[in-house]
Amino acid sequence: MSANHDDRHDRPDPHGRALRLGVGGPVGSGKTALVAALCRTLGPVLRLGVVTNDIYTTEDADFLRRAGVIDPERVIAVQTGCCPHTAIRDDIAANIDAVETLEERFGPLDLVIVESGGDNLTATFSRGLADQQIFVLDVSGGDKVPRKGGPGVTGADLLVINKTDLAKHVGADLTVMSRDAAAVREGKPVLFTSIREVPEVYAVAEWVHGVTQAWAHAQAGPHDHVVPASGT
Amino acid sequence: MTAALLLLADSRLPAGGHAHSGGAEQAVRTGDITGPGDLARFLRGRLATTGLVAASLAAAACALASGTARPDGTGTSADAGRSPGAGTSVDAWRALDAEGDARTASPAQRDASRTQGRLLVRSARRIWPSPALDALAAAVPQGTHHPIALGAVAAAAGCDPYDAALATAYTTITGPATAAVRLLGLDPVVVHRVLAGLGPELDGVARAAGTSTAWEDLPAHAAPALDLLAEQHLRTEVRLFVS
Repeated sequence: MSANHDDRHDRPDPHGRALRLGVGGPVGSGKTALVAALCRTLGPVLRLGVVTNDIYTTEDADFLRRAGVIDPERVIAVQTGCCPHTAIRDDIAANIDAVETLEERFGPLDLVIVESGGDNLTATFSRGLADQQIFVLDVSGGDKVPRKGGPGVTGADLLVINKTDLAKHVGADLTVMSRDAAAVREGKPVLFTSIREVPEVYAVAEWVHGVTQAWAHAQAGPHDHVVPASGT
Repeated sequence: MTAALLLLADSRLPAGGHAHSGGAEQAVRTGDITGPGDLARFLRGRLATTGLVAASLAAAACALASGTARPDGTGTSADAGRSPGAGTSVDAWRALDAEGDARTASPAQRDASRTQGRLLVRSARRIWPSPALDALAAAVPQGTHHPIALGAVAAAAGCDPYDAALATAYTTITGPATAAVRLLGLDPVVVHRVLAGLGPELDGVARAAGTSTAWEDLPAHAAPALDLLAEQHLRTEVRLFVS
């Protein structure tokens, strides 16, 4: 009996919880800008919450709160003790706590975005924390990065390559990045963005909306196919 | 000692502990910890004060959760016996939680302690499901103090009160030690030698933590410097650790 309640992670909650979307990637690639853009574009159609994992300040959380794209109360900042990857992968307790706090306070929600602290290419979200994850690169890190791979680049459900407007200034070849990313990702989607030029990030927002809808349908699924108890 | 004690004391236990420095981050900032020498003094002081209080609370919680103590902490002998249901009493958990509050002067430390306790109980209920943990979570939904949570979890994992006290005392010094390694770039082997040197004192604290006293008589050593560090830390803009 005791193992059942309060255990929302091993299987979908019968009451339906929000989709948990991880957004990870190196420092400065545009994670916070992407989260702000998603809040701006999806805010009118989805019930949102955001958890940030700043490295040593509440900079990202404050940016989102000030940006006016989401109710400031719906943004919770988590501290990670010098180890941003630990908080999203090995010990997700503080992030789970923040997500559940948002759901208790503002639920039901459709989507909770968990933004990781800026980290390296090996960082990836635990499946115990994120149902879907986006990895954000930017072209100024060099066009070899997708080829180098790493769990974030190869495993993320969506790879976003941001700052395409800088490509010509840093000599990055977007064709190479696209080809290399496709090769290591075995067909999983890759989207190019310039959040500075197109702050609505339509294509990414459409992908996020799609996975959120799919999650909601999957959660509702069992209720549509209720099998009567045997022997009645 | 049981194998469960090793899991419980392991820094890899996914319960949020990695983000707490036990005052070490602020002590580094104020210059109170600059190297292995003053780290050792910091840890020794923390173990003798906060460490002993925490270990005692953990031992009491473990005894309560395993039903070997009456809900006021008294009577662990034959007259109390194993009182079925003692560990599932909401009132008992609230009373012990109040003992934790009474021994934690700094509001910042109370918050940090309750946050860690909440995270630990949440993870532990999935790792070692038990009626006592369910009762504790229901009694103090905002999160009980970390040592009380650790004691209850120890019982759920099959540890005795001595084990619970030892694991708790151990975590009160390993958290700050690891934080100092990260913040100051100290040689991790040197810091582990410091920890090894504290071994006899750890054993002593775990033994002294005992379980036979009434809760109101549990150790209540104050550590004003740690309280001040915790309060200053909360008011610092740039911080890597929760506490």
